[in-house]
Amino acid sequence: MGKYTLRRLIQMVPVVLGVTFLIYAMVYALPGDPTAGKCGERPCSPAYVAEFRETYNLNDPLPVQYAKYLGKVVQGDFGESQYGQPIREELAERFTVTLRLGVVALVFEAVIGLLAGVLAALRRGGFFDSLVLISTLFVIAIPVFVTGRALQLYLGVKAGIFPSTSSFDATWYELLLPGFVLGSTSLAYLARLMRTNLADNLGADYVRTAHAKGLPGRRVIGIHALRNSLIPVITFIGYDFGALLGGAVITEGIFNVPGIGQYVFRAINDRDGQVVVGTVTALVLVFLIANLIVDLLYAYLDPRISHD
Amino acid sequence: MTDTRPTSTGPLGGGDLNQASTLSGADAGSAVVVTDPTAAAQGVERVRSVRGDAWRDLRRNPLFWVAAVIITVFVVMAVFPTLFTSVDPREAVLSESSKSPDAQNIFGRDRQGYDIYARCIYGARASILVGLISAVGAAIVGTIIGLVAGYRGGWVDAVISRVAEVFFALPLLLGAIIILYTLRGDDDSYLWIITQVSLVIIVLGWPNVFRLLRSSVLQVKPNDYVLAARALGASPWRISYSHILPNAIGPVIVISTINFGAYISTEAALSFLGIGLRPPTVSWGVMISAATDSMRSSPHTLLFPALFLSLAVLGFIMLGDAIRDAFDPKSKAR
Repeated sequence: MGKYTLRRLIQMVPVVLGVTFLIYAMVYALPGDPTAGKCGERPCSPAYVAEFRETYNLNDPLPVQYAKYLGKVVQGDFGESQYGQPIREELAERFTVTLRLGVVALVFEAVIGLLAGVLAALRRGGFFDSLVLISTLFVIAIPVFVTGRALQLYLGVKAGIFPSTSSFDATWYELLLPGFVLGSTSLAYLARLMRTNLADNLGADYVRTAHAKGLPGRRVIGIHALRNSLIPVITFIGYDFGALLGGAVITEGIFNVPGIGQYVFRAINDRDGQVVVGTVTALVLVFLIANLIVDLLYAYLDPRISHD
Repeated sequence: MTDTRPTSTGPLGGGDLNQASTLSGADAGSAVVVTDPTAAAQGVERVRSVRGDAWRDLRRNPLFWVAAVIITVFVVMAVFPTLFTSVDPREAVLSESSKSPDAQNIFGRDRQGYDIYARCIYGARASILVGLISAVGAAIVGTIIGLVAGYRGGWVDAVISRVAEVFFALPLLLGAIIILYTLRGDDDSYLWIITQVSLVIIVLGWPNVFRLLRSSVLQVKPNDYVLAARALGASPWRISYSHILPNAIGPVIVISTINFGAYISTEAALSFLGIGLRPPTVSWGVMISAATDSMRSSPHTLLFPALFLSLAVLGFIMLGDAIRDAFDPKSKAR
């Protein structure tokens, strides 16, 4: 287990380097002068420009710039944003908000999605099954920004049940509606995935054997069929968690949640390269680690899969 | 590689699967003897290709026909918008700004006084184009690279897989935002922006297809007929093209159909954020983006473009589902 984890962590290194270099190169290929607008409504003095270029190693060729940047990041120094704030602290603060949003979305996904999927699979072909199949199709087809805006208007502004925008503290209650919106598409995918897998497994020979042995139905479904059906579902959740954080750009924009998505979107607009590279690096790391955790979970769900 | 085209774009047209099935029926690799239980009961045994079988299942699935009708309508709408409306989508009547639906403008007018119905019709072209170019593009790129990686194996596979992981780890939306900002220039003609958005989606979307195809190539490769072809001295090109590919392409067709819908949605999301298509281009994403500001007072400006967009996405997802069911032997058992 330990060896496997270590090997996976080492394999992550080239991927992280690749992604950060890609982003770095793209951000610095952005057209325009990086010092534009830094000195108000007038051009910056040559002395300031020279100092700025020196600080951010802009006179070096791209690979050297990147290596110097990476050297700082490894020491925990993400640099400063355009507004002169240290990026590391702001990143940490906003990341907790986005992670909380992601967790809310994940809970909705796991509870409602799995439950709907399991119930649909148990009554395959029945009314509830058709209901789940059709309603999930619609949830997938309607774009998140439309659902978000509509729920915000009707549940937030008009009915007043949920706060329509988030305050700077982003309490759990304020994150309920955005979290639901963020997780809604994945919820639908998850319900369908759970349904298909469980329904397939319920027809498998080993389930029939378990029934024939006289095991109680609850045990057959809960332990035998369900556990086996969870592997693709867990894979999906792991992959999706990273995608959720990336997709938070839209949800956070709609509900004004002070998280990573809002931060990085503003930074791209402001051409604040340091912030963009730092944030995307952090997001990619979370994505890769979530996938690693999933792979480690496989061994628990299916004893035949061993990582030794 | 041109042979992948009919199979990957065929189902999107709605009725071309027949052609795909005859294509595959002709090659040695994919013809599989399937004994139809009902036919066997009558004492008749028939030989069918996997795809011929799938097409038969597909025709019986009502989901497929609903999807086919929806997609056909939208494709016709994209090619010949004038069949549906004679109103100019860029003719603004400001005095009737935000007018509710009535007999004259069945979907009403938006804030700028544009006729919403006409704009919904003309908006289909941008969405369908982006969906088509990016889904087909990602399928072709992912298939070629996946075939090379899966067939060659070894260090080639290791390197390609790492590169694919880099692109896979990058969140689609964030990556697209950054690249589109880099590309943003003065030239924002209709076709150029559509090409840009599609290219970005292809660049970030191909690993999705690549992973699927690579793993199905790895499954097909150890088969006896591949070994036999190699023993007969067939070139690697011929083996992968006419023996491996036809048997490995199934999942790619399914995922590309679903991606077609998903990419339409991505394009709308990018337009919503203000970096995809922009006015004066008429597209559903642009309409939704403009409508969200005034949705409290005039929800109809948001409702109709959102409805069109969702219906188009729905059509492709349903088609993908139907094709998957037809290809999946497990769902046939019951």
